[in-house]
Amino acid sequence: MATTTTPSEPVLKTSQEDPTSLLPKKLARARPLFDPEIVRRATAASFAKLNPLTLMKNPVMFVVEVGAALTTVFVIRDIFTGAEGVKFGVQIALWLWFTVLFANFAEAMAEARGKAQADSLRKTKTDVIAKCLRSGGKIEQVPGSELRIDDVVVCDAGDLIPGDGEVIDGIATVDESVITGESAPVIRESGGDRSAVTGGTKVLSDRIRIRVTSNPGETFLDRMIALVEGAERQKTPNEIALNILIAGLTLIFLLAVVTLQPYSVFSVAQAGSGAVPGVAVLVSLLVCLIPTTIGGLLSAIGIAGMDRVMQHNVLAMSGKAVEAAGDVNSLLLDKTGTITLGNRQAVEILPINGVAGEELADAAQLSSLADETPEGRSIVVLVKEKYGLRGRHIPEGEANFIPFSAYTRMSGVDFEGRQLRKGATEAICKFVIERGGEVPGYFQDMSDRIARSGGTPLAVADGRRLLGIVHLKDIVKGGMNERIAQLRRMGIRSVMITGDNPLTAAAIAAEAGVDDFLAQATPKDKLEYIKKEQAAGRLVAMTGDGTNDAPALAQADVGLAMNTGTMAAKEAGNMVDLDSNPTKLIEVVAIGKQLLITRGALTTFSIANDVAKYFAIIPAMFMTLYPALGKLNIMGLHTPQSAVLAAVIFNALIIIALVPLALRGVKYRPLDAASLLRRNLLIYGVGGIVAPFPGIWLIDQLLVLFHLA
Amino acid sequence: MTSVGILQIFIFLAIILACAKPLGGFMANVFNGERTFLHPLLRWLEVLTYKAIGVREDVEQRWTQYTAALLSFSVFGFLLTYAIQRLQGYLPFNPQGFGAAQVSPDLAFNTAASFVTNTNWQSYTGESTLSYFVQMSVLTVQNFASAAAGIAIAIALIRGFTRQEKRTVGNFWVDVTRATVYVLLPLAVIAALLYCSQGVIQNLKPYTTLTTVEGAKQVIAQGPVASQEAIKQLGTNGGGFFNANAAHPFENPTPLSNLLAMVLIFLIPGALTYTFGKMVGDTRQGWAIFAAFSAMFLIGVFVAYHYEQAGNPNLTGLGIQNQASAGQPGGNMEGKELRFGIANSALFATVTTDASCGAINSWHDSFTALGGLVPMFNMMTGEVIFGGVGAGLYGILLYCIIAVFIAGLMVGRTPEYLGKKIEQKEVKMAMLAIIATAFSILVFSAISMVADFHAKGYWNPPGAAAANINNSGPHGLSEILYAYVSATANNGSAFAGLNTNTPWYNLTLGLAMIIGRFLFLIPLLAAAGSLAAKKKIPVTAGTFPTHGPLFVGLLVGTVILVGALTFFPALSLGPIVEHFLMQSGKLFSMIPVTQLWS
Repeated sequence: MATTTTPSEPVLKTSQEDPTSLLPKKLARARPLFDPEIVRRATAASFAKLNPLTLMKNPVMFVVEVGAALTTVFVIRDIFTGAEGVKFGVQIALWLWFTVLFANFAEAMAEARGKAQADSLRKTKTDVIAKCLRSGGKIEQVPGSELRIDDVVVCDAGDLIPGDGEVIDGIATVDESVITGESAPVIRESGGDRSAVTGGTKVLSDRIRIRVTSNPGETFLDRMIALVEGAERQKTPNEIALNILIAGLTLIFLLAVVTLQPYSVFSVAQAGSGAVPGVAVLVSLLVCLIPTTIGGLLSAIGIAGMDRVMQHNVLAMSGKAVEAAGDVNSLLLDKTGTITLGNRQAVEILPINGVAGEELADAAQLSSLADETPEGRSIVVLVKEKYGLRGRHIPEGEANFIPFSAYTRMSGVDFEGRQLRKGATEAICKFVIERGGEVPGYFQDMSDRIARSGGTPLAVADGRRLLGIVHLKDIVKGGMNERIAQLRRMGIRSVMITGDNPLTAAAIAAEAGVDDFLAQATPKDKLEYIKKEQAAGRLVAMTGDGTNDAPALAQADVGLAMNTGTMAAKEAGNMVDLDSNPTKLIEVVAIGKQLLITRGALTTFSIANDVAKYFAIIPAMFMTLYPALGKLNIMGLHTPQSAVLAAVIFNALIIIALVPLALRGVKYRPLDAASLLRRNLLIYGVGGIVAPFPGIWLIDQLLVLFHLA
Repeated sequence: MTSVGILQIFIFLAIILACAKPLGGFMANVFNGERTFLHPLLRWLEVLTYKAIGVREDVEQRWTQYTAALLSFSVFGFLLTYAIQRLQGYLPFNPQGFGAAQVSPDLAFNTAASFVTNTNWQSYTGESTLSYFVQMSVLTVQNFASAAAGIAIAIALIRGFTRQEKRTVGNFWVDVTRATVYVLLPLAVIAALLYCSQGVIQNLKPYTTLTTVEGAKQVIAQGPVASQEAIKQLGTNGGGFFNANAAHPFENPTPLSNLLAMVLIFLIPGALTYTFGKMVGDTRQGWAIFAAFSAMFLIGVFVAYHYEQAGNPNLTGLGIQNQASAGQPGGNMEGKELRFGIANSALFATVTTDASCGAINSWHDSFTALGGLVPMFNMMTGEVIFGGVGAGLYGILLYCIIAVFIAGLMVGRTPEYLGKKIEQKEVKMAMLAIIATAFSILVFSAISMVADFHAKGYWNPPGAAAANINNSGPHGLSEILYAYVSATANNGSAFAGLNTNTPWYNLTLGLAMIIGRFLFLIPLLAAAGSLAAKKKIPVTAGTFPTHGPLFVGLLVGTVILVGALTFFPALSLGPIVEHFLMQSGKLFSMIPVTQLWS
């Protein structure tokens, strides 16, 4: 019978996740958020990051640092001159430094998590002695670090593969758990789309010859370490734009606060009494107004986004790719393995007139007993369930099993003088007629009807007697329908790619609920389709594994290559899924969206917070000049000092409080844009305006309680 | 507030709403180069203009060329306005014999900058400074030119959104010509005739001298008022023929002419929202902006009306009747014309500062603290509540970009507006425009608060720049702040109470006008160029919706929040504290006028 290529193991594993959530439970690689080791590293790094030269790259926090330094200088002067308000000044200075440190800590946390992953990867990078095959068939022992492109090495069972390469001879099972975290071994063989091997993985059986495809320091593992470590991190386009926005806002608030000094001088002269606010208070107002929350967390959000992708065992080559994933309009999904289970299953048994269902079932079962393909097994299962016929054991030697061949296009068994066969309709008909049997006229229609519905007809015969048809069907994965519907709600079109004929493709497309399909798709068709979508302004994501997928992977805005695929495919895509699970494309899109939402939410929150801070600081700052402004003190803060301090402390603490949110990302629900916006505006916009009022009030109460102000 | 007053406000808004679609649709056709019902009548004039200035109608410009054309147009207008003012003594239509003595170089600079930037700030008193020739040949002409340029820029920015992968944004000369020939000119003619019907004067006579009943001699200024008045309001210019502006009975004689003035101010800005919607192929987008405009307008007008009608509580304590009744308006009538009353004064003040007009029919300086806060805050938003002709639309589109960028991320996509991705370039340009405005307002006013000059010296004869104020206390701060807000926002209305005709104020206010106009619109034109070059992304369920009430609320919130956050400290030392002080009974003295005009 016809066999389809067996997809790699992991496909079936994550497909049954909770269909209501696009983000499945964290995989094995995830670490607790505040791992003590990571926290220790991050704390040390937060101090190192105080270096103004590094901090300059973050204009918001740089302004805070300059403000903190300025306040410190004035406080020190006040200590020596014995001026009033030293206790207040010292506390302000300290909290301003804490503000910078907290922001540094957020970034350091995100980086340290990446570094920790890189370290565990690096541990696997032991230097291997390679068996290098020199001309003349001589094998020479060479350190793995000396291998160059096009060297050929030999690996036996138990050997570590010394470098990235391509299997040019042999077939072997390989343990790739170092890279994928997946303990089940995978098969690597020469030719075809499963020829790529990765340095550091272990050959478990057999012997293969490998042509090395990368120079030392440039291997997949090296690149992976560099990526997770953040060494190659570049700001993404959206991050740069957001940086411009918050730097601009910082400049505006700088203008507003700096000019407040001459305004106050004028007002004091007019009122004939009162005092101009001091440096500590002006700096406090500035720091509270500038968007320190998002300024402090922005880079952490970006790094954490990459990290989240990594936790899903997907390796993104750049942050830009993750961002682009959030923008995707069209998802190109391969039918087999993504939308449907990898194998067809028997769903129905259709005897021809005059044949009992039991007879057909029995013949189908017997002919499938030795058939180890999933299709064959599914027939045995169906027969057992529907007709109660237990699988029988046919002793070896009593039967002659006929394996499937592409030439005969059928398989079966010769048993107790019977010739039981199942296979393609035409092949079986020919078999029956050759033996003098008859094929009724309606038989072809029966067969066609199944084909039109998206199924595969499998005819069954007992010698010259034609018995009927087994209906094999593509099974759409459980929960796939909901996911496609979710995608549609998010505004993403799903397109099914299949090699099937248009009739079959249409039937499966309708069942899965995809928006469009591409039938009898060649790699060239895929490429054309992507180009067409892009010309209409859409962003396209796709998965691929074969070398012939490479051009399309490169053309797509998000190209997710399977780790089991060829090196060419992995090079062309901008992400590699280490689990080789094409369904993960949907999760990657969700992570991209979550990343952007987190940025927007924290920016909105940060700006909205300013309203309350004005109500805390402005009345306090002009208490002596215009006591009437005390009416703006709607929170009823105790003293001008406690009010200013409370605002500054709130501003610093909110950064720390939001670190988990920045690292985990805000909760993402697959909703349409309008509902998402309404929801997030309510939480982060309105919430951002309201939340600081009780927060500042509480801190003020505590400050007074502990006699700090 | 009285029910009649409230009704009048809504009738006014209804008229603007009714005109938006017909005029807006017409303008969309004009700027798309389609034939309209006016073509048989006016096409020759358009063609003649192209021939005269040597422009090919079908050649388009990149944003840089478009900006260069705009700048050369403005620089030429500036130089001409400056020269003709200084040379007025040698030119005709000058019955009062005004010369260079009335127009000092710094005043001429200020006035030239003022009219070229559509500000129409007036440091001078029209009837005692400028000849009829200056008023007609340069000031009225600049009223047309600066308004047409504003419309042209708005259209160029709209094209940024409508075009795909194009390098050009239109042709400045063509847009300016079409705006003038088909939109401004016909409407101005109709408006001038309507004004005349209400008794606005239009003559070239010398001033009339009469003897009053008391036997005093009185000079009554004359002039071609109706023609200037029409374009002054229609082009949201606001520069009055007379110093008293639209409070003067020859400029604004009746309640009907008052309504006409306000309708003319909002007419084009309101209609441009529909033009925008029609040009981008989704009129809902235009109506959303109209709705945002209306919401912000209504908030402002009712706050101002409420506080003006409430008046000063300290007077009530003295036994003065503050309530409106059949016999009297109640509330705060100081500085208001009896023929307009409180509702129409508050409405006019809101309208003129929402749009960057700057004409006034009452003295904003005499408003209550919070009543006066409204005009000031309106301008602080960057004139994006209807706004100046063209300027209002391109200003609000800037805020759309900011709002979409911040909130748009929250739908989980790179922010986009009308199918165009909002990226680095657009954000950078929008922030540049906002920073330039904030800089001009805050820095110039802060310097003026503390700058000290030699008394009787050149820069500021009264001495310190702060010595030019008319009221002490927080109101004095408001007077200086208002002047720079008005200049930067290209509004031109005066709070009054600040003597600005000194070289220091003339120069800095002139600079503020230039910064407010050009450093605002050049970044926007750059954004238009970058937008036009981008692909349009198709609309899906994942697209941030920019037409519903949610977006309108977001846009209004962004405008108010950005304005409030930037200027709250300054406002708290001005109108806000003044209000609290008034409530607590503390009042400030007026500085005697003799000290001012030394």
